[in-house]
Amino acid sequence: MNSSALLLMTMVFVVVFSFTLFFFIKVLRTPDKPEPDSYTDNDPV
Amino acid sequence: MTAQKEAWGSRVGLILAMAGNAVGLGNFLRFPVQAVQNGGGAFIIPYLVCFLLMGIPLLWIEWSTGRFGGRLGHHSTPFILDSMDKRRFWKYFGVFGIFTNVAVAAYYCYIESWTMSYVYHSVVGTFKGMSQAETANFFKSYVDVAHSTTGIPYEAVIFYIICLCLNTFILANGLKGVEKAAKIGMPLLILFGVILAIRGLTLGTSGANAEHPDASAFEGLNFLWTPQFDSLSNPKVWLAAAGQIFFTLSVGMGTIQCYASYLKSKDDIALNSVSAGFMNEFVEVVLGSCIVIPIAAGYLGLDWVKENAGFGMAFQTMPYLFQQWGEVFAVLAGVMWFGLLFFAGITSSLAMGTPWMGFMRDEFNWGRVKGALSFGVIVLMLGLPTVFFYNQGVFDEYDYWAGTVSLVVFALAETILFAWVFGMNKGWKEINSGGDIKIPTIYKFIIKFVTPFLLLFVFLGSLITPKGNDWQGAFSSLLNGNGWSLDHSSIIMQLSNSGLKEQILNAPDAMAASVLEEKMFYINMARIILLSLFIIISLLVYKAYINRQKKGGIA
Repeated sequence: MNSSALLLMTMVFVVVFSFTLFFFIKVLRTPDKPEPDSYTDNDPV
Repeated sequence: MTAQKEAWGSRVGLILAMAGNAVGLGNFLRFPVQAVQNGGGAFIIPYLVCFLLMGIPLLWIEWSTGRFGGRLGHHSTPFILDSMDKRRFWKYFGVFGIFTNVAVAAYYCYIESWTMSYVYHSVVGTFKGMSQAETANFFKSYVDVAHSTTGIPYEAVIFYIICLCLNTFILANGLKGVEKAAKIGMPLLILFGVILAIRGLTLGTSGANAEHPDASAFEGLNFLWTPQFDSLSNPKVWLAAAGQIFFTLSVGMGTIQCYASYLKSKDDIALNSVSAGFMNEFVEVVLGSCIVIPIAAGYLGLDWVKENAGFGMAFQTMPYLFQQWGEVFAVLAGVMWFGLLFFAGITSSLAMGTPWMGFMRDEFNWGRVKGALSFGVIVLMLGLPTVFFYNQGVFDEYDYWAGTVSLVVFALAETILFAWVFGMNKGWKEINSGGDIKIPTIYKFIIKFVTPFLLLFVFLGSLITPKGNDWQGAFSSLLNGNGWSLDHSSIIMQLSNSGLKEQILNAPDAMAASVLEEKMFYINMARIILLSLFIIISLLVYKAYINRQKKGGIA
Protein backbone atom coordinates (compact mmCIF):
# COMPACT_ATOMS: atom_id res chain seq x y z
CA MET A 1 0.00 0.00 0.00
CA ASN A 2 1.18 3.53 -0.59
CA SER A 3 1.92 5.62 2.49
CA SER A 4 -0.87 8.20 2.07
CA ALA A 5 -3.50 5.46 1.69
CA LEU A 6 -2.07 3.59 4.66
CA LEU A 7 -2.06 6.78 6.74
CA LEU A 8 -5.66 7.73 5.86
CA MET A 9 -6.91 4.18 6.41
CA THR A 10 -5.15 3.84 9.76
CA MET A 11 -6.36 7.25 10.92
CA VAL A 12 -9.97 6.58 9.96
CA PHE A 13 -9.94 3.07 11.47
CA VAL A 14 -8.41 4.32 14.73
CA VAL A 15 -10.85 7.25 15.01
CA VAL A 16 -13.97 5.21 14.19
CA PHE A 17 -12.94 2.26 16.38
CA SER A 18 -11.97 4.54 19.31
CA PHE A 19 -15.28 6.41 19.25
CA THR A 20 -17.22 3.16 18.94
CA LEU A 21 -15.38 1.68 21.90
CA PHE A 22 -15.54 4.89 23.94
CA PHE A 23 -19.30 5.30 23.60
CA PHE A 24 -20.03 1.61 24.17
CA ILE A 25 -17.86 1.48 27.30
CA LYS A 26 -19.58 4.64 28.53
CA VAL A 27 -22.94 2.90 28.07
CA LEU A 28 -21.72 -0.14 30.03
CA ARG A 29 -20.24 1.94 32.86
CA THR A 30 -23.13 4.38 33.32
CA PRO A 31 -25.19 3.34 36.36
CA ASP A 32 -28.84 2.40 35.78
CA LYS A 33 -31.46 5.10 36.36
CA PRO A 34 -33.71 4.58 39.41
CA GLU A 35 -36.72 2.34 38.81
CA PRO A 36 -39.11 2.45 37.10
CA ASP A 37 -36.85 2.74 34.06
CA SER A 38 -37.40 1.56 30.47
CA TYR A 39 -35.74 -1.83 30.88
CA THR A 40 -37.22 -4.98 32.36
CA ASP A 41 -34.11 -7.11 32.99
CA ASN A 42 -33.11 -5.00 36.00
CA ASP A 43 -36.59 -4.89 37.51
CA PRO A 44 -36.90 -6.22 41.06
CA VAL A 45 -38.32 -9.73 40.96
CA MET B 1 -55.90 2.64 23.29
CA THR B 2 -54.14 -0.32 24.85
CA ALA B 3 -51.67 0.13 27.65
CA GLN B 4 -47.98 -0.03 26.78
CA LYS B 5 -47.05 -3.68 27.16
CA GLU B 6 -43.83 -3.96 25.17
CA ALA B 7 -40.50 -3.05 26.78
CA TRP B 8 -36.81 -3.49 26.13
CA GLY B 9 -34.99 -5.97 28.35
CA SER B 10 -31.74 -4.05 28.71
CA ARG B 11 -29.94 -0.97 27.49
CA VAL B 12 -27.30 -3.02 25.69
CA GLY B 13 -30.07 -5.03 24.04
CA LEU B 14 -31.69 -1.83 22.80
CA ILE B 15 -28.39 -0.50 21.42
CA LEU B 16 -27.64 -3.80 19.67
CA ALA B 17 -31.16 -3.85 18.21
CA MET B 18 -30.76 -0.24 17.02
CA ALA B 19 -27.31 -1.02 15.61
CA GLY B 20 -28.72 -4.16 14.01
CA ASN B 21 -31.47 -2.07 12.45
CA ALA B 22 -28.84 0.22 10.94
CA VAL B 23 -26.30 -2.43 9.97
CA GLY B 24 -27.64 -3.97 6.80
CA LEU B 25 -26.50 -5.52 3.58
CA GLY B 26 -25.54 -2.05 2.35
CA ASN B 27 -22.73 -1.81 4.92
CA PHE B 28 -20.84 -4.56 3.12
CA LEU B 29 -22.15 -4.14 -0.41
CA ARG B 30 -23.22 -0.53 -1.02
CA PHE B 31 -20.51 1.36 0.89
CA PRO B 32 -17.44 -0.10 -0.85
CA VAL B 33 -19.13 0.20 -4.25
CA GLN B 34 -20.04 3.84 -3.60
CA ALA B 35 -16.47 4.49 -2.51
CA VAL B 36 -15.07 2.85 -5.66
CA GLN B 37 -17.48 4.76 -7.93
CA ASN B 38 -16.78 8.10 -6.27
CA GLY B 39 -13.04 8.43 -6.37
CA GLY B 40 -11.94 5.97 -3.69
CA GLY B 41 -10.14 7.84 -0.92
CA ALA B 42 -11.89 11.08 -1.86
CA PHE B 43 -15.17 9.62 -0.72
CA ILE B 44 -14.35 9.01 2.94
CA ILE B 45 -13.87 12.67 3.92
CA PRO B 46 -17.30 13.92 2.74
CA TYR B 47 -18.74 10.68 4.09
CA LEU B 48 -17.48 11.35 7.62
CA VAL B 49 -18.45 15.04 7.41
CA CYS B 50 -21.99 14.02 6.42
CA PHE B 51 -22.07 11.52 9.29
CA LEU B 52 -21.34 14.33 11.75
CA LEU B 53 -23.61 16.94 10.16
CA MET B 54 -26.53 14.84 8.96
CA GLY B 55 -26.29 11.30 10.32
CA ILE B 56 -25.87 11.97 14.04
CA PRO B 57 -28.41 14.86 14.07
CA LEU B 58 -30.98 12.65 12.32
CA LEU B 59 -30.37 9.91 14.88
CA TRP B 60 -31.04 12.38 17.72
CA ILE B 61 -34.13 13.73 15.97
CA GLU B 62 -35.59 10.27 15.40
CA TRP B 63 -34.75 8.88 18.85
CA SER B 64 -36.21 11.94 20.59
CA THR B 65 -39.38 12.15 18.48
CA GLY B 66 -39.92 8.43 19.07
CA ARG B 67 -39.52 8.75 22.83
CA PHE B 68 -41.74 11.88 22.82
CA GLY B 69 -44.51 10.05 20.93
CA GLY B 70 -44.15 6.93 23.05
CA ARG B 71 -44.83 8.98 26.17
CA LEU B 72 -48.23 9.82 24.64
CA GLY B 73 -48.92 6.17 23.77
CA HIS B 74 -47.88 6.26 20.08
CA HIS B 75 -45.50 3.64 18.69
CA SER B 76 -45.53 4.43 14.97
CA THR B 77 -44.83 7.61 13.05
CA PRO B 78 -48.33 8.69 11.89
CA PHE B 79 -49.47 9.65 15.39
CA ILE B 80 -45.99 10.42 16.69
CA LEU B 81 -45.73 13.18 14.08
CA ASP B 82 -49.38 14.13 14.66
CA SER B 83 -48.64 14.75 18.34
CA MET B 84 -45.90 17.26 17.51
CA ASP B 85 -48.07 19.89 15.86
CA LYS B 86 -51.69 21.06 15.80
CA ARG B 87 -51.96 20.72 12.01
CA ARG B 88 -53.47 17.38 11.12
CA PHE B 89 -51.67 16.68 7.83
CA TRP B 90 -48.43 15.56 9.51
CA LYS B 91 -49.87 12.13 10.24
CA TYR B 92 -50.04 11.50 6.50
CA PHE B 93 -46.31 12.20 6.24
CA GLY B 94 -46.05 9.67 9.07
CA VAL B 95 -47.61 7.08 6.74
CA PHE B 96 -44.17 6.91 5.11
CA GLY B 97 -42.87 5.44 8.39
CA ILE B 98 -45.06 2.36 7.91
CA PHE B 99 -45.25 2.24 4.11
CA THR B 100 -41.48 2.29 3.61
CA ASN B 101 -40.95 -0.57 6.04
CA VAL B 102 -43.60 -2.84 4.59
CA ALA B 103 -42.53 -2.17 0.98
CA VAL B 104 -38.80 -2.45 1.68
CA ALA B 105 -39.29 -5.63 3.73
CA ALA B 106 -40.97 -7.18 0.67
CA TYR B 107 -37.79 -7.15 -1.42
CA TYR B 108 -35.27 -6.97 1.41
CA CYS B 109 -36.45 -10.33 2.77
CA TYR B 110 -35.87 -11.69 -0.72
CA ILE B 111 -32.18 -10.71 -0.58
CA GLU B 112 -32.07 -12.05 2.95
CA SER B 113 -33.39 -15.36 1.63
CA TRP B 114 -30.55 -15.44 -0.94
CA THR B 115 -28.05 -15.27 1.92
CA MET B 116 -29.80 -18.20 3.68
CA SER B 117 -29.74 -20.19 0.49
CA TYR B 118 -26.07 -19.36 -0.18
CA VAL B 119 -25.11 -20.50 3.35
CA TYR B 120 -26.78 -23.81 2.49
CA HIS B 121 -25.00 -24.05 -0.89
CA SER B 122 -21.66 -23.16 0.72
CA VAL B 123 -22.08 -25.98 3.23
CA VAL B 124 -23.11 -28.62 0.68
CA GLY B 125 -20.29 -27.57 -1.64
CA THR B 126 -22.37 -26.42 -4.61
CA PHE B 127 -19.70 -23.91 -5.69
CA LYS B 128 -16.85 -26.47 -5.54
CA GLY B 129 -14.99 -26.54 -8.84
CA MET B 130 -17.13 -23.84 -10.44
CA SER B 131 -15.45 -21.28 -12.69
CA GLN B 132 -16.05 -17.56 -12.22
CA ALA B 133 -18.60 -17.56 -15.04
CA GLU B 134 -20.38 -20.64 -13.67
CA THR B 135 -20.67 -19.05 -10.22
CA ALA B 136 -22.16 -15.91 -11.79
CA ASN B 137 -24.56 -18.03 -13.88
CA PHE B 138 -25.63 -19.93 -10.77
CA PHE B 139 -26.99 -16.67 -9.37
CA LYS B 140 -28.74 -15.84 -12.64
CA SER B 141 -30.44 -19.20 -12.71
CA TYR B 142 -31.33 -18.84 -9.02
CA VAL B 143 -33.28 -15.61 -9.56
CA ASP B 144 -34.86 -16.94 -12.77
CA VAL B 145 -37.50 -18.71 -10.71
CA ALA B 146 -39.27 -20.47 -13.57
CA HIS B 147 -36.11 -22.10 -14.93
CA SER B 148 -34.17 -22.79 -11.75
CA THR B 149 -31.28 -25.17 -12.32
CA THR B 150 -30.03 -25.19 -8.77
CA GLY B 151 -31.48 -28.60 -8.00
CA ILE B 152 -34.46 -27.50 -5.91
CA PRO B 153 -37.65 -26.57 -7.81
CA TYR B 154 -38.78 -23.01 -7.08
CA GLU B 155 -35.86 -22.74 -4.69
CA ALA B 156 -35.94 -18.93 -4.56
CA VAL B 157 -39.62 -18.98 -3.55
CA ILE B 158 -39.08 -21.69 -0.93
CA PHE B 159 -36.20 -19.86 0.73
CA TYR B 160 -38.16 -16.60 0.57
CA ILE B 161 -41.09 -18.17 2.41
CA ILE B 162 -38.79 -19.80 5.00
CA CYS B 163 -37.15 -16.42 5.56
CA LEU B 164 -40.52 -14.69 5.98
CA CYS B 165 -41.71 -17.39 8.40
CA LEU B 166 -38.58 -16.90 10.52
CA ASN B 167 -39.10 -13.13 10.60
CA THR B 168 -42.77 -13.57 11.50
CA PHE B 169 -41.96 -16.05 14.27
CA ILE B 170 -39.41 -13.72 15.89
CA LEU B 171 -41.71 -10.69 15.52
CA ALA B 172 -44.54 -12.63 17.17
CA ASN B 173 -42.36 -12.68 20.31
CA GLY B 174 -42.38 -8.88 20.38
CA LEU B 175 -39.44 -6.68 21.34
CA LYS B 176 -37.98 -9.49 23.43
CA GLY B 177 -37.66 -11.60 20.26
CA VAL B 178 -36.11 -8.73 18.31
CA GLU B 179 -33.68 -8.04 21.16
CA LYS B 180 -32.65 -11.69 21.43
CA ALA B 181 -32.02 -11.86 17.68
CA ALA B 182 -29.84 -8.73 17.90
CA LYS B 183 -27.91 -10.09 20.88
CA ILE B 184 -27.07 -13.26 18.92
CA GLY B 185 -26.77 -11.73 15.46
CA MET B 186 -24.65 -8.64 16.08
CA PRO B 187 -21.72 -10.29 17.93
CA LEU B 188 -21.60 -13.10 15.35
CA LEU B 189 -21.76 -10.59 12.50
CA ILE B 190 -18.83 -8.65 13.97
CA LEU B 191 -16.85 -11.85 14.61
CA PHE B 192 -17.35 -13.13 11.04
CA GLY B 193 -16.64 -9.65 9.66
CA VAL B 194 -13.36 -9.31 11.63
CA ILE B 195 -12.12 -12.73 10.44
CA LEU B 196 -12.88 -11.96 6.78
CA ALA B 197 -11.48 -8.42 7.11
CA ILE B 198 -8.18 -9.78 8.47
CA ARG B 199 -8.05 -12.07 5.44
CA GLY B 200 -8.74 -9.11 3.14
CA LEU B 201 -6.03 -7.00 4.77
CA THR B 202 -3.40 -9.76 4.67
CA LEU B 203 -4.14 -11.25 1.24
CA GLY B 204 -1.64 -9.01 -0.51
CA THR B 205 -0.43 -10.37 -3.86
CA SER B 206 -0.83 -14.04 -2.95
CA GLY B 207 -3.97 -14.33 -5.09
CA ALA B 208 -2.29 -13.31 -8.35
CA ASN B 209 -2.47 -15.98 -11.06
CA ALA B 210 -1.72 -16.51 -14.74
CA GLU B 211 -5.03 -14.95 -15.76
CA HIS B 212 -4.67 -11.94 -13.44
CA PRO B 213 -0.92 -11.56 -12.83
CA ASP B 214 -1.27 -8.00 -11.45
CA ALA B 215 -3.96 -8.88 -8.93
CA SER B 216 -3.25 -7.42 -5.51
CA ALA B 217 -5.44 -6.76 -2.48
CA PHE B 218 -3.15 -3.81 -1.68
CA GLU B 219 -4.16 -2.20 -4.98
CA GLY B 220 -7.80 -2.45 -3.90
CA LEU B 221 -7.00 -0.89 -0.54
CA ASN B 222 -4.87 1.79 -2.21
CA PHE B 223 -7.75 2.70 -4.47
CA LEU B 224 -10.18 2.86 -1.55
CA TRP B 225 -7.94 4.90 0.71
CA THR B 226 -5.60 7.12 -1.34
CA PRO B 227 -6.86 10.67 -0.66
CA GLN B 228 -7.83 12.67 -3.76
CA PHE B 229 -8.58 16.09 -2.39
CA ASP B 230 -9.53 17.61 -5.77
CA SER B 231 -12.70 15.48 -5.76
CA LEU B 232 -13.92 17.34 -2.67
CA SER B 233 -15.19 20.14 -4.92
CA ASN B 234 -17.35 17.74 -6.94
CA PRO B 235 -21.04 17.84 -5.84
CA LYS B 236 -21.52 14.29 -7.15
CA VAL B 237 -19.13 12.93 -4.50
CA TRP B 238 -20.87 14.90 -1.73
CA LEU B 239 -24.27 13.75 -2.91
CA ALA B 240 -23.13 10.12 -2.95
CA ALA B 241 -21.58 10.48 0.51
CA ALA B 242 -24.71 12.10 1.98
CA GLY B 243 -26.86 9.44 0.35
CA GLN B 244 -24.74 6.64 1.78
CA ILE B 245 -24.86 8.07 5.32
CA PHE B 246 -28.57 8.39 4.97
CA PHE B 247 -29.17 4.79 3.93
CA THR B 248 -26.60 3.19 6.20
CA LEU B 249 -28.12 4.60 9.39
CA SER B 250 -31.66 3.51 8.42
CA VAL B 251 -32.92 7.01 9.06
CA GLY B 252 -36.09 8.24 7.35
CA MET B 253 -37.77 4.85 7.77
CA GLY B 254 -39.72 5.17 11.01
CA THR B 255 -38.05 2.19 12.68
CA ILE B 256 -35.85 4.25 15.02
CA GLN B 257 -38.89 6.19 16.26
CA CYS B 258 -40.71 2.93 16.86
CA TYR B 259 -37.85 1.38 18.87
CA ALA B 260 -37.32 4.60 20.86
CA SER B 261 -41.02 4.97 21.63
CA TYR B 262 -40.64 2.30 24.32
CA LEU B 263 -38.26 4.50 26.33
CA LYS B 264 -39.14 6.72 29.27
CA SER B 265 -38.19 10.43 29.38
CA LYS B 266 -35.68 9.98 32.15
CA ASP B 267 -33.76 7.37 30.18
CA ASP B 268 -30.91 8.43 27.94
CA ILE B 269 -31.13 8.72 24.19
CA ALA B 270 -28.18 11.06 23.54
CA LEU B 271 -25.51 8.46 24.34
CA ASN B 272 -27.52 5.45 23.15
CA SER B 273 -27.97 6.92 19.68
CA VAL B 274 -24.31 7.83 19.11
CA SER B 275 -23.24 4.45 20.46
CA ALA B 276 -25.53 2.62 18.00
CA GLY B 277 -24.52 5.02 15.21
CA PHE B 278 -20.78 4.49 15.73
CA MET B 279 -21.29 0.74 15.95
CA ASN B 280 -22.81 0.94 12.48
CA GLU B 281 -19.89 3.06 11.27
CA PHE B 282 -17.38 0.55 12.63
CA VAL B 283 -19.06 -2.26 10.73
CA GLU B 284 -19.35 -0.20 7.56
CA VAL B 285 -16.05 1.69 7.40
CA VAL B 286 -13.69 -0.73 9.10
CA LEU B 287 -15.16 -4.12 8.21
CA GLY B 288 -17.07 -3.13 5.05
CA SER B 289 -14.00 -1.69 3.37
CA CYS B 290 -11.76 -4.67 4.14
CA ILE B 291 -13.73 -7.52 2.62
CA VAL B 292 -15.27 -7.32 -0.87
CA ILE B 293 -12.96 -4.85 -2.63
CA PRO B 294 -9.55 -6.07 -1.38
CA ILE B 295 -10.45 -9.76 -1.76
CA ALA B 296 -11.85 -9.21 -5.29
CA ALA B 297 -8.85 -7.05 -6.26
CA GLY B 298 -6.56 -9.67 -4.75
CA TYR B 299 -7.75 -12.33 -7.19
CA LEU B 300 -9.18 -10.48 -10.16
CA GLY B 301 -7.22 -7.24 -10.23
CA LEU B 302 -8.24 -3.63 -9.65
CA ASP B 303 -9.35 -3.03 -13.23
CA TRP B 304 -11.88 -5.84 -12.96
CA VAL B 305 -13.17 -4.39 -9.67
CA LYS B 306 -13.56 -0.90 -11.18
CA GLU B 307 -15.53 -2.31 -14.10
CA ASN B 308 -17.69 -4.74 -12.15
CA ALA B 309 -18.15 -3.18 -8.71
CA GLY B 310 -21.79 -3.66 -7.80
CA PHE B 311 -24.31 -5.37 -5.60
CA GLY B 312 -24.05 -8.64 -7.52
CA MET B 313 -20.40 -9.16 -6.52
CA ALA B 314 -21.52 -10.56 -3.16
CA PHE B 315 -23.36 -13.46 -4.79
CA GLN B 316 -21.81 -13.74 -8.23
CA THR B 317 -18.13 -13.38 -7.38
CA MET B 318 -17.38 -14.00 -3.71
CA PRO B 319 -18.29 -17.73 -3.71
CA TYR B 320 -15.82 -18.25 -6.56
CA LEU B 321 -13.07 -16.32 -4.75
CA PHE B 322 -13.59 -18.36 -1.56
CA GLN B 323 -12.94 -21.52 -3.59
CA GLN B 324 -9.34 -20.32 -3.99
CA TRP B 325 -8.81 -20.80 -0.25
CA GLY B 326 -9.05 -24.58 -0.32
CA GLU B 327 -11.96 -26.93 0.32
CA VAL B 328 -12.41 -26.43 4.08
CA PHE B 329 -11.77 -22.70 4.18
CA ALA B 330 -14.06 -22.17 1.19
CA VAL B 331 -16.93 -23.66 3.20
CA LEU B 332 -16.02 -21.67 6.32
CA ALA B 333 -15.60 -18.42 4.40
CA GLY B 334 -18.92 -18.97 2.57
CA VAL B 335 -20.73 -19.62 5.85
CA MET B 336 -19.13 -16.57 7.48
CA TRP B 337 -19.73 -14.23 4.53
CA PHE B 338 -23.33 -15.19 3.81
CA GLY B 339 -23.93 -15.69 7.53
CA LEU B 340 -22.87 -12.15 8.32
CA LEU B 341 -25.02 -10.87 5.46
CA PHE B 342 -27.92 -12.89 6.85
CA PHE B 343 -27.51 -11.44 10.35
CA ALA B 344 -27.14 -7.94 8.88
CA GLY B 345 -30.33 -8.54 6.92
CA ILE B 346 -32.53 -10.12 9.57
CA THR B 347 -31.76 -7.56 12.28
CA SER B 348 -32.92 -4.91 9.80
CA SER B 349 -35.98 -6.75 8.46
CA LEU B 350 -37.19 -7.41 12.00
CA ALA B 351 -37.04 -3.68 12.66
CA MET B 352 -39.21 -3.14 9.58
CA GLY B 353 -42.01 -5.20 11.09
CA THR B 354 -42.28 -3.29 14.36
CA PRO B 355 -43.88 0.01 13.12
CA TRP B 356 -46.78 -1.89 11.49
CA MET B 357 -47.27 -4.02 14.61
CA GLY B 358 -47.05 -0.96 16.88
CA PHE B 359 -49.60 0.92 14.78
CA MET B 360 -52.10 -1.94 14.66
CA ARG B 361 -51.74 -2.54 18.39
CA ASP B 362 -52.15 1.12 19.32
CA GLU B 363 -55.07 1.83 17.01
CA PHE B 364 -56.89 -1.46 16.49
CA ASN B 365 -55.89 -3.47 19.58
CA TRP B 366 -54.14 -6.19 17.58
CA GLY B 367 -51.96 -8.54 19.59
CA ARG B 368 -48.36 -9.48 18.78
CA VAL B 369 -49.20 -12.70 16.94
CA LYS B 370 -51.92 -11.12 14.83
CA GLY B 371 -49.68 -8.13 14.07
CA ALA B 372 -46.71 -10.33 13.12
CA LEU B 373 -48.81 -12.69 10.99
CA SER B 374 -50.49 -9.83 9.16
CA PHE B 375 -47.07 -8.29 8.48
CA GLY B 376 -45.80 -11.60 7.14
CA VAL B 377 -48.82 -12.06 4.86
CA ILE B 378 -48.69 -8.49 3.50
CA VAL B 379 -44.95 -8.74 2.88
CA LEU B 380 -45.44 -12.09 1.11
CA MET B 381 -48.16 -10.64 -1.14
CA LEU B 382 -46.06 -7.60 -1.97
CA GLY B 383 -42.86 -9.58 -2.24
CA LEU B 384 -43.92 -12.33 -4.61
CA PRO B 385 -43.97 -9.96 -7.62
CA THR B 386 -40.32 -9.10 -6.82
CA VAL B 387 -39.48 -12.82 -6.73
CA PHE B 388 -41.33 -13.83 -9.92
CA PHE B 389 -40.59 -10.67 -11.93
CA TYR B 390 -37.10 -9.91 -10.60
CA ASN B 391 -35.63 -9.85 -14.11
CA GLN B 392 -38.43 -7.55 -15.32
CA GLY B 393 -37.33 -4.77 -12.93
CA VAL B 394 -40.02 -5.03 -10.22
CA PHE B 395 -37.38 -5.47 -7.50
CA ASP B 396 -35.45 -2.36 -8.60
CA GLU B 397 -38.65 -0.36 -8.82
CA TYR B 398 -39.56 -1.16 -5.20
CA ASP B 399 -36.02 -0.30 -4.14
CA TYR B 400 -36.08 3.03 -5.96
CA TRP B 401 -39.44 4.38 -4.76
CA ALA B 402 -39.77 2.76 -1.33
CA GLY B 403 -36.13 2.24 -0.42
CA THR B 404 -34.69 5.48 -1.76
CA VAL B 405 -37.10 8.31 -2.61
CA SER B 406 -39.51 7.74 0.31
CA LEU B 407 -36.68 7.83 2.87
CA VAL B 408 -35.46 11.22 1.71
CA VAL B 409 -38.96 12.73 1.57
CA PHE B 410 -39.82 11.47 5.04
CA ALA B 411 -36.52 12.51 6.64
CA LEU B 412 -36.80 15.99 5.16
CA ALA B 413 -40.37 16.34 6.43
CA GLU B 414 -39.58 15.08 9.95
CA THR B 415 -36.52 17.34 10.24
CA ILE B 416 -38.53 20.41 9.25
CA LEU B 417 -41.27 19.38 11.68
CA PHE B 418 -38.77 18.84 14.51
CA ALA B 419 -36.52 21.86 14.03
CA TRP B 420 -38.95 24.46 12.69
CA VAL B 421 -42.49 23.49 13.73
CA PHE B 422 -42.11 21.58 17.00
CA GLY B 423 -39.40 24.11 17.72
CA MET B 424 -35.67 23.79 18.28
CA ASN B 425 -35.88 24.83 21.93
CA LYS B 426 -38.40 22.13 22.76
CA GLY B 427 -36.56 19.69 20.52
CA TRP B 428 -33.20 20.38 22.16
CA LYS B 429 -34.74 19.83 25.59
CA GLU B 430 -36.23 16.55 24.36
CA ILE B 431 -32.89 15.31 22.97
CA ASN B 432 -31.04 16.15 26.19
CA SER B 433 -33.67 14.83 28.59
CA GLY B 434 -32.08 12.05 30.66
CA GLY B 435 -28.88 12.35 28.63
CA ASP B 436 -25.76 10.56 29.86
CA ILE B 437 -23.53 12.79 27.70
CA LYS B 438 -23.52 16.52 27.13
CA ILE B 439 -24.19 17.24 23.47
CA PRO B 440 -22.15 20.20 22.12
CA THR B 441 -24.44 23.25 21.77
CA ILE B 442 -23.25 23.74 18.18
CA TYR B 443 -25.57 20.86 17.29
CA LYS B 444 -28.57 23.10 18.05
CA PHE B 445 -27.49 25.22 15.08
CA ILE B 446 -26.58 22.18 12.97
CA ILE B 447 -29.96 20.50 13.51
CA LYS B 448 -31.85 23.69 12.70
CA PHE B 449 -29.92 24.79 9.62
CA VAL B 450 -27.27 22.40 8.35
CA THR B 451 -29.13 19.07 8.51
CA PRO B 452 -32.25 20.35 6.67
CA PHE B 453 -29.99 21.97 4.07
CA LEU B 454 -28.10 18.72 3.49
CA LEU B 455 -31.36 16.78 3.23
CA LEU B 456 -32.70 19.32 0.76
CA PHE B 457 -29.43 18.95 -1.16
CA VAL B 458 -29.89 15.17 -1.30
CA PHE B 459 -33.55 15.51 -2.34
CA LEU B 460 -32.95 18.10 -5.05
CA GLY B 461 -29.87 16.21 -6.19
CA SER B 462 -32.08 13.17 -6.78
CA LEU B 463 -34.97 15.16 -8.22
CA ILE B 464 -32.98 17.00 -10.88
CA THR B 465 -29.85 14.89 -11.36
CA PRO B 466 -28.07 16.40 -14.39
CA LYS B 467 -27.22 14.36 -17.47
CA GLY B 468 -24.29 12.04 -16.83
CA ASN B 469 -24.30 13.18 -13.17
CA ASP B 470 -22.05 16.02 -14.38
CA TRP B 471 -22.91 18.80 -11.95
CA GLN B 472 -20.11 21.16 -12.94
CA GLY B 473 -21.08 20.85 -16.62
CA ALA B 474 -24.78 21.32 -15.77
CA PHE B 475 -24.14 24.53 -13.83
CA SER B 476 -21.95 25.89 -16.66
CA SER B 477 -24.67 25.02 -19.15
CA LEU B 478 -27.30 26.77 -17.02
CA LEU B 479 -25.17 29.90 -16.59
CA ASN B 480 -24.55 30.00 -20.35
CA GLY B 481 -28.30 29.93 -20.96
CA ASN B 482 -28.32 26.39 -22.36
CA GLY B 483 -30.66 25.00 -19.74
CA TRP B 484 -30.36 21.99 -17.46
CA SER B 485 -30.44 18.55 -19.07
CA LEU B 486 -31.87 15.90 -16.76
CA ASP B 487 -30.39 12.45 -16.42
CA HIS B 488 -32.63 9.41 -16.87
CA SER B 489 -31.87 8.50 -13.24
CA SER B 490 -33.43 11.74 -11.88
CA ILE B 491 -36.79 11.37 -10.09
CA ILE B 492 -38.51 13.52 -12.72
CA MET B 493 -37.25 11.41 -15.61
CA GLN B 494 -37.85 8.17 -13.72
CA LEU B 495 -41.50 9.15 -13.30
CA SER B 496 -41.93 9.38 -17.05
CA ASN B 497 -39.90 6.19 -17.76
CA SER B 498 -37.81 8.30 -20.13
CA GLY B 499 -34.80 5.98 -20.11
CA LEU B 500 -36.88 2.94 -20.98
CA LYS B 501 -38.81 4.85 -23.67
CA GLU B 502 -35.51 5.87 -25.25
CA GLN B 503 -34.35 2.25 -25.19
CA ILE B 504 -37.59 1.17 -26.89
CA LEU B 505 -37.13 3.82 -29.59
CA ASN B 506 -33.57 2.67 -30.20
CA ALA B 507 -34.36 -1.05 -30.02
CA PRO B 508 -32.61 -2.95 -32.83
CA ASP B 509 -35.69 -5.04 -33.70
CA ALA B 510 -39.36 -5.52 -32.89
CA MET B 511 -38.61 -8.43 -30.55
CA ALA B 512 -36.25 -6.33 -28.39
CA ALA B 513 -38.80 -3.49 -28.34
CA SER B 514 -41.50 -5.92 -27.25
CA VAL B 515 -39.33 -7.18 -24.34
CA LEU B 516 -38.74 -3.60 -23.22
CA GLU B 517 -42.44 -2.75 -23.49
CA GLU B 518 -43.20 -5.78 -21.34
CA LYS B 519 -40.66 -4.51 -18.81
CA MET B 520 -42.40 -1.12 -18.76
CA PHE B 521 -45.68 -2.89 -18.03
CA TYR B 522 -44.16 -4.64 -15.00
CA ILE B 523 -42.55 -1.43 -13.79
CA ASN B 524 -45.88 0.40 -13.96
CA MET B 525 -47.55 -2.53 -12.21
CA ALA B 526 -44.99 -2.25 -9.38
CA ARG B 527 -45.74 1.46 -9.06
CA ILE B 528 -49.49 0.79 -8.86
CA ILE B 529 -48.86 -1.78 -6.10
CA LEU B 530 -46.75 0.67 -4.11
CA LEU B 531 -49.24 3.52 -4.58
CA SER B 532 -52.10 1.24 -3.51
CA LEU B 533 -50.18 0.26 -0.39
CA PHE B 534 -49.60 3.91 0.51
CA ILE B 535 -53.30 4.73 -0.01
CA ILE B 536 -54.44 1.73 2.08
CA ILE B 537 -52.16 2.69 4.99
CA SER B 538 -53.35 6.33 4.71
CA LEU B 539 -56.96 5.12 4.93
CA LEU B 540 -56.10 3.07 8.02
CA VAL B 541 -54.53 6.16 9.56
CA TYR B 542 -57.65 8.17 8.73
CA LYS B 543 -59.85 5.46 10.28
CA ALA B 544 -57.66 5.46 13.39
CA TYR B 545 -57.97 9.24 13.55
CA ILE B 546 -61.77 9.01 13.39
CA ASN B 547 -61.73 6.34 16.12
CA ARG B 548 -59.60 8.59 18.29
CA GLN B 549 -61.96 11.53 17.74
CA LYS B 550 -64.91 9.37 18.77
CA LYS B 551 -63.09 8.33 21.92
CA GLY B 552 -62.16 11.95 22.59
CA GLY B 553 -58.45 11.29 22.25
CA ILE B 554 -57.93 14.21 19.87
CA ALA B 555 -59.08 17.74 20.64
